Amino acid sequence: MAAVFREERGRLLAALARRFGDLDLAEEVTSEAIEAALVSWPVDGVPPRPGAWLMTTARRRAIDRLRRDQAYAARLAILQAEADRAAPPAPVPPDDLPDERLLLFFTCAHPALPAEDRGALTLRFLGGLTTTEVARAFLVPDETMAKRITRAKKKISQARIPFRAPSAGELPQRLPDVLQAVYSIFTEGYAARRSDLAEEAIRLARILRRLLPAEREVAGLLGLMLLVHARRDARTGPDGEPVLLDDQDRGRWDRQLIEEGTTLVRVALTGGPPGPYAVESAIAALHNEAADVATTDWPQIVALYDVLLALTESPIVALNRAVAVAMRDGPEAGLALLDELASSPQLRDYGPFEVARADLLRRLE
Amino acid sequence: MKYLMLMHAGAVDENGQNTACTPEDWMTFDKEVKDAGVFVSGESLADLVSATTVRVAADGRRVVTDGPFAETREVLGGFYVIDVPDLDAALDWAARCPGSWGDGSIVIRPVAQF
Repeated sequence: MAAVFREERGRLLAALARRFGDLDLAEEVTSEAIEAALVSWPVDGVPPRPGAWLMTTARRRAIDRLRRDQAYAARLAILQAEADRAAPPAPVPPDDLPDERLLLFFTCAHPALPAEDRGALTLRFLGGLTTTEVARAFLVPDETMAKRITRAKKKISQARIPFRAPSAGELPQRLPDVLQAVYSIFTEGYAARRSDLAEEAIRLARILRRLLPAEREVAGLLGLMLLVHARRDARTGPDGEPVLLDDQDRGRWDRQLIEEGTTLVRVALTGGPPGPYAVESAIAALHNEAADVATTDWPQIVALYDVLLALTESPIVALNRAVAVAMRDGPEAGLALLDELASSPQLRDYGPFEVARADLLRRLE
Repeated sequence: MKYLMLMHAGAVDENGQNTACTPEDWMTFDKEVKDAGVFVSGESLADLVSATTVRVAADGRRVVTDGPFAETREVLGGFYVIDVPDLDAALDWAARCPGSWGDGSIVIRPVAQF
């Protein structure tokens, strides 16, 4: 039943966090409003404007709470006056819940928070997952995750990380952190073979896409995740063992997701120099378009990795590029590139590096 | 909301100046931060060789030692206290401050509210 309110929870939380400038209070009254709905809606029926009902209920609960605790109210009032001085509140549509989730995305992925916590915070506050569920998603003990979330919330509150979306000028610098936070949820789901997590990351990216329709990297990220997720049924064998891309039954790839993903790749690549997610999504699309490994457009994939390498300068990208070169020019060419990369500290003890090397050596024979 | 900006110098030239900016850059920043009405206080600190450390032991004895001297390249060179609405505003001011340029860095600490 809580899943029914997943959308509303994120919207309520964002709107209330902005209004009160306090995440704890916003979380508390959001939960209370949803609990109240779970009690009264089955009896009285769903109100004509459910979002507005939830918002009114949550605000009443907040006012009750502030009446009980005058000192807290006084502190919040000062914070709020200061926040309004910085940025006047957005006009609220009178009929239903405003969608202010964008600011919450940016708060969760704020550069002043630890990079490894941003995905967890996004999952907790925008995905509406409990701390236990978030801990399970990132494979850490409950207690560890609870501590990390508490510490992050304390920093948001004490250092006054604002509930505010960046201006157009700041957006190019801030957006990659938000995309990375969402993508980290997807990659956790991918590594753990958890479709639910991958789908939650996709749902969050869809929200971002609606909120930032002009940002091509958002389209690139969503496209990339859809194209990779399209292969979910084919990447695991009957006994749960991983099946490499080469050996996957491509008939089991999800054609509908591939179509949607490919459309987004086109959006991401059109209208200026592409960003890293656009390029990665284009690589994924070329794999998904090919009938098999032999007919895959390797020259094009190598060219895209060249672009990606120039954008990211990542040794992991260089490794993937070497594998693509091996597919285009033969294993010797790939091995020569791997030898050049072997001294990179980031690839030392990096499992996939040794796997790629072993695979190319096998192909030499 | 008040924030303390602790300015750490990185590489300095033989005169102890940050090589990434000029004295004029500092004067410009100082004027901007004051004209904007966010300045609370701020000082630039004298050279580290002039530092002295004081501790009072449990028996009330005062222990005074020379130093500390720079053990790392990061030396606290000065500070500003600014009053701005939130961390993003503080980060903007810190980025405009010459202390964060080149090898310098600025640590931002919110002032505790009681």
